[in-house]
Amino acid sequence: MERKSPVFIAFVYACALLLAAVVLAPLAWLFVMSISPAADLAAKPLRWWPQAADFSRYAQLLSRAENSAGAAFTSSLRNSLEVAGMATLAAVVLAVPAGWAVSRTPSVGWSLSMVIATYMLPPVALSVPLYMGLSWLGLLNNVFGLALIYLTILAPFTTWLMKSGFDSIPREIEAAAMIDGAGLFQTWRIITLPLAAPVVATSALFAVLLAWDEFFYALLFTSDQRAKTLTVAIADLAGGRVSDYGLIATAGVLAALPPVLIGLVMQRALISGLTSGGVKG
Amino acid sequence: MSGTWMTTRAWLLMLPLLVIMVAIIGWPLVDTVRLSFTDAQLVGTAGNYVGFDNYTKMLTSSNFSRTLITTTWFAVVSVAAEMVLGVLAALLLNQEFRGRAVLRGLMILPWALPTVVNATLWRLIYNPEYGALNAALTQLHLIDDYRSWLGEPGTALAALIVADCWKNFPLVALIALAALQAVPRDITAAALVDGAGPFNRFRFVILPYLAGPLMVALVLRTIEAFKVFDIIWVMTRGGPANSTRSLSILVYQEAFSFQRAGSGASLALIVTLLVTVLAVAYATLVRKTAGSAA
Repeated sequence: MERKSPVFIAFVYACALLLAAVVLAPLAWLFVMSISPAADLAAKPLRWWPQAADFSRYAQLLSRAENSAGAAFTSSLRNSLEVAGMATLAAVVLAVPAGWAVSRTPSVGWSLSMVIATYMLPPVALSVPLYMGLSWLGLLNNVFGLALIYLTILAPFTTWLMKSGFDSIPREIEAAAMIDGAGLFQTWRIITLPLAAPVVATSALFAVLLAWDEFFYALLFTSDQRAKTLTVAIADLAGGRVSDYGLIATAGVLAALPPVLIGLVMQRALISGLTSGGVKG
Repeated sequence: MSGTWMTTRAWLLMLPLLVIMVAIIGWPLVDTVRLSFTDAQLVGTAGNYVGFDNYTKMLTSSNFSRTLITTTWFAVVSVAAEMVLGVLAALLLNQEFRGRAVLRGLMILPWALPTVVNATLWRLIYNPEYGALNAALTQLHLIDDYRSWLGEPGTALAALIVADCWKNFPLVALIALAALQAVPRDITAAALVDGAGPFNRFRFVILPYLAGPLMVALVLRTIEAFKVFDIIWVMTRGGPANSTRSLSILVYQEAFSFQRAGSGASLALIVTLLVTVLAVAYATLVRKTAGSAA
């Protein structure tokens, strides 16, 4: 082994501190803004730490009083939850059989490759006909319509992850069940799906993160509280004439909380999913 | 079980996915092609066939060339910076030190932060009157007066790139770290015994292991950066004076702000073609890198 000199060790710690500061400072500042009184945020020189922590903006945004900032925020929160939930459920339902089929019958794999190649398409290449189609169906500004459109992003991705998950489950186990007389769906229920549960869960979480993050389609296809998602609501706040920057920061913290918690809890699975998804063809 | 039945069954199982994909990706793409040859408006008139008029009009407009340059610049600089910072962070995280696991865990945070929240956060940091960047630089006496970082054409794009890098370099770092941990210890030890210096060890021993995963990250990040919309829309809407307008924002303006569905569609297809060419060129490069690294 290489013997590390004290200078090298000190250098490593200095770099580690720098990296931690770079990653944490903007996030910490977002939180500090959300609990700083408006006067502190407008002070010159800027007050970096509030004299008294003020959590009232959280209560304000989560209240449901009519025509308040809270009403707009809570409705967009509900819309985001509904759209992400429906789109994820639909994506998983489509992806499980398709992923299994490609995993067990590679000769149909080219069709999945084509579906995955659509990842390259910029959303703007689909947006005009999708807009006209949703308008024709009466699904503009509608959570069902938006969830359907989100499948363009979620379904290829989850199918891809699911396929590599099924690849790691030996066919022999399934074959044994089938020889014992189990049908296809019975084999799935008893053997395949319990074994694939971690992959299904990881894929679903990825799908939720993707849907939660989506902005472009939501901006185009929603127009008011009936369907606007959190990302659009926050962009409205950021671009609007809100004078209290702390309120914008609070909305950001609340919107970031679910994906950040998912990220921290699922760290290991997410990283291995990202790297294997990135490396395998 | 016979092969034909297996194949038929596989198609049946894929059918729901394929039907939905044709409905929400295949058909819209074909319809975009059709629209691109018409003068259709977003609402109302179906439009008449105009041949390649939209394409020639879009390709020769100064807006297009300027936006193409802006987008390319954004993509090249931000992806290059993300790659370099990501690899450096991964090399650091591959060292042994106290708190390494915690620091590695923190790297997931910028990645998990929604893009729009990241854009909003940096917009607040860059705020010309109350922003943290102005406050910090003034208090450190690095600048005398508050500046409008996103309001001046000279700094807006750079400010966007910093915000984009901060969110995306940790992902590159995590991918590179996973690859670094696959480098066998005895190989690096052998190179050390043979007297290879730090640079040569990185170049000849470690880099071959990194090349494959990094190429994949490079391809995915470049495609993403070329399609960029969200972060720019929230931070500058393409301004000031269109200095940060990306191709996706130009398509949005043409098709939705000006409601010119026909020319918007042609522009969208030009962008799609550019991304496809980029992706195919990259895929070839990846295959070569993977071949030489193995």
